Amino acid sequence: MQLTNRSKVVSNKKMSFAEKLYLPAIVKGLAITMSHFFRKPATISYPEEKRYIAPVWRGKHVLKRDANGAENCTACGLCAVACPAEAITMTAAERKPGEEHLYREEKYAAVYEINMLRCIFCGLCEEACPKEAIFLTPELVPTYLNREEFIYGKDKLVEPIDKRVDITQRQKHLVEKKQ
Amino acid sequence: MGIELLIFKSILVMVIFTITLTIAAYSTYGERKIAAFLQDRIGPNRSGPFGIFQPVADGGKMFLKEEIIPADASAFLFVLGPSLAMLTALMTGVVIPWGDTLTLNGVEYSLQITDLNIGVLYIFGVVSFGVYGIMIGGWSSNNKFSLLGAIRASAQMISYELAMGLSIVALIMTTGTLSIKEIVDQQATWHWNILYQPLGFLIFMICAFAECNRAPFDLAECETELVGGYHTEYSSMKLGFYLFAEYINMFISSALMASLYFGGYNFPFMNSLGLDQNWVTILGSVVFFGKVFFFIFFFMWIRWTIPRFRYDQLMRLGWQSLIPLAILNILLTGIFTMREELKNWLFN
Ligand code: SF4
Ligand code: SF4
Repeated sequence: MQLTNRSKVVSNKKMSFAEKLYLPAIVKGLAITMSHFFRKPATISYPEEKRYIAPVWRGKHVLKRDANGAENCTACGLCAVACPAEAITMTAAERKPGEEHLYREEKYAAVYEINMLRCIFCGLCEEACPKEAIFLTPELVPTYLNREEFIYGKDKLVEPIDKRVDITQRQKHLVEKKQ
Repeated sequence: MGIELLIFKSILVMVIFTITLTIAAYSTYGERKIAAFLQDRIGPNRSGPFGIFQPVADGGKMFLKEEIIPADASAFLFVLGPSLAMLTALMTGVVIPWGDTLTLNGVEYSLQITDLNIGVLYIFGVVSFGVYGIMIGGWSSNNKFSLLGAIRASAQMISYELAMGLSIVALIMTTGTLSIKEIVDQQATWHWNILYQPLGFLIFMICAFAECNRAPFDLAECETELVGGYHTEYSSMKLGFYLFAEYINMFISSALMASLYFGGYNFPFMNSLGLDQNWVTILGSVVFFGKVFFFIFFFMWIRWTIPRFRYDQLMRLGWQSLIPLAILNILLTGIFTMREELKNWLFN
């Protein structure tokens, strides 16, 4: 049975004298490499040039705030349980009266850390979250010189109030469900 | 010998030494750039404009790396290896005629450090000495991969030196001299030896690739089989010396090919331009370096085109193809140069 037309019959025929010389083949090879010499390089010089990244790309996480600027996360720990790489750790705390503008629920994450070296960017945390608190964004996690810097705390994860992160492209179905 | 001549020669030695080292350093840059272009990449471009400080950065890195001498290695020989490789690489440059004569204040100065009347033999002697650097380095590191690399290197060099020598014999039969300067002078304007010795040149070039341990004959290094070959155990500037010596060898063999077969500093119409002799000399040197750069480029071009030989293929090519071909070449050259005598002998 033949599945594709790409199979090639191995030929063991004796090479002709011209083929045995190899020189014509070498010249042909040189011509091929030379034709590549003048081709446009495929390289993208990263920090200056950026390639297109799809809006649904799973990159660095963001911890969302609600419309009033209060953090969505309630430190339920479901994301940490869902995480196959065990990258998420958190410490829960109870909301004090007067902190309603900071935290949406009565319980909140005092410490919330994602180890970006462990994370495999699978997006399961996002799926597990019942509060629409954590999302992945098309932003890339940069490189650092030591391991500690890869552990992202709330300072890096929670979106700034004045600079909201748009995740509507990424999670259309969730956004629609919510409305 | 006048004091002026001594000063001139000393300056020439310095200049050629500097040029050799600079070209070797920038060959590493050229190699990476050319490799990149041939593979649709852009190559090193971060250090300085177009990455032209890359060799400086590489050299600095080599100096700053930790110097490791394996515990079981013989320390003296371990250091001797790269030193010998570098020494022999740098020694060959003295007999290459980098240009014709310059006339300053009525005195003629030759742009060749020394015109040995056995220049070709001298080069062969020094080049075959070069294998000791690799051999000693590989053997003294006390590592099986290094030893295998060294054995391969020496076997390869010995095999290809034969064919190389035989291809040169045919050239010497037509030129009748062993002095490189005279060989170059005989090729005035366009009477280049490549026109008379195409087969000889082909054999010589293939052997030059093998002598320099360049791809497709880089079995002595052969990362895929032997880790790093003879320099597996080397680090820091000792490794740098080995790599550097390879590039110097490449430069010198390019210069040798250019002067033996491609007319050295001669170029067509050089005498009908109506220029001053000094200008012709300078122009000739520029042309010579142009030819050398072309060959260096060719070395690299081949490296990124042809895959490495297998060891048995290498030996078969050397012993069963190149040596018989070189002997055939000698025979044909002999028949050609003696054609008048042969005609008389056959038909009278
Ligand atoms: S993306 Fe996957 S691996 Fe990364 S934190 Fe979320 S669940 Fe864990
Ligand atoms: S991010 Fe979501 S799943 Fe994780 S602790 Fe907060 S609310 Fe729970």
